[in-house]
Amino acid sequence: MVIEPRETVSVWRAGLAPVWAILASLVVCAMLISWAGASIPNAYYLLFKGAFGSAFALNETLTRSIPLIFTGLAVSVAFRAKFYNIGAEGQLYAGALAATFFGTGLITLPPALMVPFLVLTGALAGGALLIIPVLLKTHLKVDEVVTTLLLNFVVLLVVSYLIEGPWKDPASLGWPQAASIIDEGVLPTLLAKGRLHFGLIIALFMAVIIWLMMRFTVQGYEIRAVGHNAKAAEFSGINVNRTVIMTAMISGGLAGIAGVSETAGLKGYLTLDLSPGFGYTGIAVAMLAQLNPLAVVPAAIFLSAVYVGADAMSRAVNIPTYIADVLVGVSILAVLCSVMLSQYRIRWRT
Amino acid sequence: MSKTPVLEFRGVTKRFGTLTANDNVSLTLHQGEVLALLGENGAGKTTLMNILFGHYQADEGEILVDGETLPPGSTQSAINAGIGMVHQHFTLADNLSVLENITLGTESLWSLRQDQAKAREKLAAMISDYGLVVDPDAQVSELSVGERQRVEILKALYRDARILILDEPTAVLTPQEAERLFATLKSITEKGLAIIFISHKLHEILAVSNRIAVLRRGAIVGTLETAVSKREQLAELMVGRMVTRPRLSAIEPGELVLEVRDLSTSGTGATELKQVDLTLHQHEIVGIAGVAGNGQGTLADILSGLRKDFSGTVQLNGQMLKAGNPRAIVASGVGRIPEDRHARGVVADMDIWENLISEDIRSDEVCRAGFIIDGTSARARAEKQIEKFDVRCKGPDAETKLLSGGNMQKLILARALSNTPSFILANQPVRGLDEGAIAYVQEQLLEARKRGAAILLVSEDLDELMALTDRMAVMSHGTLSSALPTGDRTIAEIGLMMAGHGDQGQSNMGISANGH
Repeated sequence: MVIEPRETVSVWRAGLAPVWAILASLVVCAMLISWAGASIPNAYYLLFKGAFGSAFALNETLTRSIPLIFTGLAVSVAFRAKFYNIGAEGQLYAGALAATFFGTGLITLPPALMVPFLVLTGALAGGALLIIPVLLKTHLKVDEVVTTLLLNFVVLLVVSYLIEGPWKDPASLGWPQAASIIDEGVLPTLLAKGRLHFGLIIALFMAVIIWLMMRFTVQGYEIRAVGHNAKAAEFSGINVNRTVIMTAMISGGLAGIAGVSETAGLKGYLTLDLSPGFGYTGIAVAMLAQLNPLAVVPAAIFLSAVYVGADAMSRAVNIPTYIADVLVGVSILAVLCSVMLSQYRIRWRT
Repeated sequence: MSKTPVLEFRGVTKRFGTLTANDNVSLTLHQGEVLALLGENGAGKTTLMNILFGHYQADEGEILVDGETLPPGSTQSAINAGIGMVHQHFTLADNLSVLENITLGTESLWSLRQDQAKAREKLAAMISDYGLVVDPDAQVSELSVGERQRVEILKALYRDARILILDEPTAVLTPQEAERLFATLKSITEKGLAIIFISHKLHEILAVSNRIAVLRRGAIVGTLETAVSKREQLAELMVGRMVTRPRLSAIEPGELVLEVRDLSTSGTGATELKQVDLTLHQHEIVGIAGVAGNGQGTLADILSGLRKDFSGTVQLNGQMLKAGNPRAIVASGVGRIPEDRHARGVVADMDIWENLISEDIRSDEVCRAGFIIDGTSARARAEKQIEKFDVRCKGPDAETKLLSGGNMQKLILARALSNTPSFILANQPVRGLDEGAIAYVQEQLLEARKRGAAILLVSEDLDELMALTDRMAVMSHGTLSSALPTGDRTIAEIGLMMAGHGDQGQSNMGISANGH
């Protein structure tokens, strides 16, 4: 067996890679489902129904996709510059901390100003969390995968300390949670019924902004050039370190907004289970979207649907909800393989 | 010769997708001869050798050693059959001694003690037999490039190679070291070994070989006896048509353009500059000769704006160079052709038009409101540049990585020369290109000289420098010699200076020019 590069990669082949990947992962999970003793068509029907089958299901799927759009954008921007930010989870919590610090009574502004203010502080907090890892990378060549990943745990411990200690809401009857965001700071819901909130509008807006930036601005050009070939970028006069730092700030900021959106839009207050790994799933979203900011939106909705639908399916046919994690994990692997296969071909020798 | 050839290629064909890298290649190599494999970059020489060594498998055909078929795809069986390879880039462990490097991998896995005495004896015999003088106990890191190459050859011979393959062996040697290598090869063949000598340098091939096989676009287009071959005839066979590389015409130099005074960088390595002085005038091409890694790269980095940690001054048209700022340097009238076009010259994954704006992306011509790229005018400008510099592509939106080496270099030329720079830094501008592209690049440089540009041409190819430069300096261990009119020094003198023997006079050399 030999693996050879394809001479040309058609747009179609490259664009269809994630579709094949999703199909492949569905096939793999079908085997697991039948192994668990359930009927495959029924399980997938229930999964689909659980995710899209009713107004309520659709509402939940979209609500859950909001943080994934933000973290997916955060990862896709960073990975474009080959800055491997694995710390979106920590940056999300940093944004949530900022929203809690400023949004629980410290400052009161009219809603039209309070919401943007909280979003801004959350973005700054998320970016600030990346300052140390990015400077360690640019100045001392410390691997950012390690530093950003480990910072996630540091931030979680800080959150844990704050909501069990100084920030603990006295009205919470002993539950470890911070005070509620004041009414002026809460993101409004979009529909009369359900939990879908204004965070979705912000997320879609950011996806378009980031897409425009990557495609049409000098900054986006520099991020792409540094990611593809830092040496050539440097030769042409791009300040590589400055570009990587800027990229990190944008990436951290986007993940920080996810924290604000979850705290001020969905839950209303900060807890330790604010995010069931949205930061990590953001990596899957970005890979599935092949780092295209616009494609992040459908990728986030797809993975959100898998989680929401798997929840419903597992309750109905008695399969562990972990099937959702398996499906997501397999689809990431399948995406990586299919992207590779869209650029290389395998030839079998006789 | 009626004897069984020691090595025979029979109809070897290798395809990569639609590209045929080797097309029905048949060759024979006899005992005691040097067969030169001549071909341009990309003609398929390296692919053929990779097939021989089992790195690739041929799609058709077979290889025979002493009349026996060599199993395809096995490096070990090639070595066992007595084939030894001396790579262009050495594969030696710097921190080991010569003896250790040579015996590395030949000891049995289970013996705890190396049988040093025996190895030493065998090595000593080889050194005296072949005249490959090198100290067995010296550390490889202390050896010169020429000595390292001898170690590579000894390494192959130690493994009882009877067929030696040398891939572009003179690329890193000074002319004197090359002469010495040729003498060594002669003594090796007199002992009954056979050699394949791969090169694209005609004069070397004529000096060293018995027979010449010419490879063009993967196919053998001729096999000639060296004794009856002529340089022009070989060049034509290799390229497929008459080759005329451009030459200088006399132009009086104009005003001072570039003035480098007392330029030094800190540190002690061979690549650090030591009080470099250099001046360039309008209508002038000044060449810098030297073995790679002697400071040419450092000087080029400073002039391109990649380094600012230096002492001394660099003035361009009377202004201080904007050190460490490539865009300001480009804006002040400098055109830069980098040494490695893939690593530094282009971002291969971006489109052609995007690469063409990389040096002036914030200029009014392609940028609006200070941060928005004007794709329409950038593409329009790219369109003109593509046409003017004859970049063969589907258009400005084509991916840069699809370009051939020559077209990629034209793209870089288009970017560097479009705004009529007063100073052009051309670092190895034709390395790895085919003859057509070489002639094109050189013509463009001469054209720029004619309109008044000052050009600094850094090259390891002395023939190129001899043909294209008005004045020439030699760089060795970070020191730059005075730039004398080209022709005032012989090739032999330049070779000695490249080896670090200083800027000596012309009479005390004792070595004559080697027949260019």
